[in-house]
Amino acid sequence: MTDAPHAIASPVTAPTAAPHRNGSDDALRDVAGAHLPIPKTKVLLWLVVLLFSCDFLFGVSQNPNFGWPVVADYFFSRTVLDGLIVTMSLAVVSMIIGVALGLPIAIGRMSSDPLARGLSGAFVWFFRGTPLLVQLILWYNLSILFPQISLSIPFGPTLAAWNSNDVITPLTAAIIGLALNEAAYMAEIIRGGLLSVERGQMETAEAFGMKRMRALRRIVIPQAMRTIVPPTGNQFISMIKATSLVSVIAMADLLYSVQSIYNRTFEVIPMLMVAVLWYLFITSVLSVFQSMIERYYARGDQQRVVFEKVETPAVTVETKEATQ
Amino acid sequence: MTALANPSTQTQPILRACNVHKSYGNNEVLKGIDLEIAPSEVVAILGPSGSGKSTFLRCINRLEEINKGFIEVEGEQIGYTLRNGKLLALTNSQVAAQRSKMGMVFQAFNLYPHMTVLQNVIEAPIGVHGVKRAEAVRVATELIAKVGLSDKLNAYPRQLSGGQQQRVAIARALAVQPKILLFDEPTSALDPELVGEVLSTMRDLAKQGLTMVVVTHEIGFAREAADRVVFMDGGHVVEQGTPDQVLSNPQHPRTKAFLGRFL
Repeated sequence: MTDAPHAIASPVTAPTAAPHRNGSDDALRDVAGAHLPIPKTKVLLWLVVLLFSCDFLFGVSQNPNFGWPVVADYFFSRTVLDGLIVTMSLAVVSMIIGVALGLPIAIGRMSSDPLARGLSGAFVWFFRGTPLLVQLILWYNLSILFPQISLSIPFGPTLAAWNSNDVITPLTAAIIGLALNEAAYMAEIIRGGLLSVERGQMETAEAFGMKRMRALRRIVIPQAMRTIVPPTGNQFISMIKATSLVSVIAMADLLYSVQSIYNRTFEVIPMLMVAVLWYLFITSVLSVFQSMIERYYARGDQQRVVFEKVETPAVTVETKEATQ
Repeated sequence: MTALANPSTQTQPILRACNVHKSYGNNEVLKGIDLEIAPSEVVAILGPSGSGKSTFLRCINRLEEINKGFIEVEGEQIGYTLRNGKLLALTNSQVAAQRSKMGMVFQAFNLYPHMTVLQNVIEAPIGVHGVKRAEAVRVATELIAKVGLSDKLNAYPRQLSGGQQQRVAIARALAVQPKILLFDEPTSALDPELVGEVLSTMRDLAKQGLTMVVVTHEIGFAREAADRVVFMDGGHVVEQGTPDQVLSNPQHPRTKAFLGRFL
C-alpha cells in the first residue's frame, strides 16, 4: 500500500487488483465507502476540556463552603417555595399585562394619528428611560405624591376616590412597576416585529376588503411573531430576574425569601445557591417552551422544501367553456 | 364585438373612470384617465414602465387615493359617497366593503406565507364575506382544482414554484366571487418557463365571462385573450381598441414605438 496522506481509521477492503493499473481500482475510489481522517486535535481538545470541567464540577461538589447539605435541606422548604411562587406569579402577571399594553402601544407608535403616536412615544420614552428600581420605589411611595387616587370627570365632579395607601400594597406596586416597564420594552419588540412583515401583506389583506384590525390579527401579527418571540423569551427571562428587585419594597419573592433565611442562619452562600438553582431551573423550562413556540410560528418556512416537478403547465378549466 | 368596442351604448359599464389624476408630491403619474369597462369585458392595459398603468389599477380598489376625478364600480363611487349634493369621504370600513367586491392578483403573488394553500383561499370568504367554513372549503377546493393544484391543498406557499403560487393567488382572488378581477403584472416576477401556466389559467378565466383588467407586458396574451387593449404612456391613455386595431395597426407613434420593440 502507498502512504496515506491522512491517518486512516480502519481500512476494511484490501485492494484486489494492481493499484497502478488505470481504472482497475475504480470500485475502491467510490467516495461512498471512504473513511474519514481521525480529528486528532479535536479529540485532544475534547479530552482536555472535559477533564477540566469534571475537575471543576467535582471540586464544586466537594467544596464544603458551598454547603450542599444545607442547599438540599432548604431547596423545597416552605419559605423558598412561597418565594418561588411569588416570583413566578409576579413575572407571569407582569408579562401578560406588559404584552397586552405593549401591543396597542406598538400599533400607536406606527399610527398616522399624531396623538396616538405622541402618547405611545412618551410612554416608551419614560418607562424605558428610567431605572426599574426607581420606578418601583416611586410606585410604592405613590401616596407621598398623590395621597388620594380619584376617578373623576376632568375638571368636573369626582365619582370615586381611594386612599393611596390602601390601594398601593407591595404587591400592586410591584405589578404596576414591572408591568409598565415591561410594556415599554414589549412595545418596541412588537413594533420591530410588525415592521419586519413585508408591506405587501397588509396591502393584500386590505385589497381583499379585510378591515385593519382583522388584517393585523390574521395576517400581520402571526408573521411578526417569528421576530417577536425570541426577544420576548429574553424579556421574560430578564423579567424573572428583575422581580428580585421587588425585595426592596418588601415583597417576599424568591431572592427575598432566601435572604430572610440566611439573615437568620448566616448560611449566605448555600441559600444563594438555592436561589441560583431555582432561577436556572425556571429559565431552562422557559427555553424549552420558547423553542416550541418558535417552531409553531416557523410553519410555512421549513427549510426542507420538497422539490417537485412542475408538471402539466396547462390548466383544466374546460368544464364551463363547452358553449364556445 | 361592437358592444365590447363601445360598451356604453348597450350596457351600464361595470367600471367608469373619469378624468383620474394621481400625483406623488410634484410627480404627476396619472394625468386624466378616462376609461369605461363593460361587464364581462377583458381589458389589457399595456404601456412602458412608468406609464402609470399599475398605479391606475391600484387606484381602482383604492390602494392608492386619487387626487382628481372619480372612479365608479357598479355605479358606486370608490372611496366617496354623494349625499345631499355633498361628496363625503368613506370610512375605512366602508372602503373595505367596496374592496371586497374586487379580487386582485399581484406581481409578487403576496400569498400569506404562514397559511396553507387552502387557508390562503378561504381566508377572505370566511373573514370578509361571512361564508360558512364548510362552504368556503368546498368552493376553495373546487377553485384550487381548477387551477390544477389539487395535490397542493395543504402545502405552504414556499413549497411551490412561482407559477404555482400565482395560480393559487388567482384561486384566492376568484374565491371572493369578484365583480372585477384586477391583475397587476401577474407574470412579471416569473421565470420564462412558468409564464405559460399562469397565462393559460387567465385565458380560461377570460372565456368564462369574468370582468378582468390586466396590466401586463404579455403582448401575446393581450392579442389572444383581451376584448380591448388600452395603451398608456406618460399618465395618459394614448390609444385603445380591439387587439387587432391596437396591436396590428397602431395609430399613435408612441404605440408604434412600444410595439416595435416586441417585433
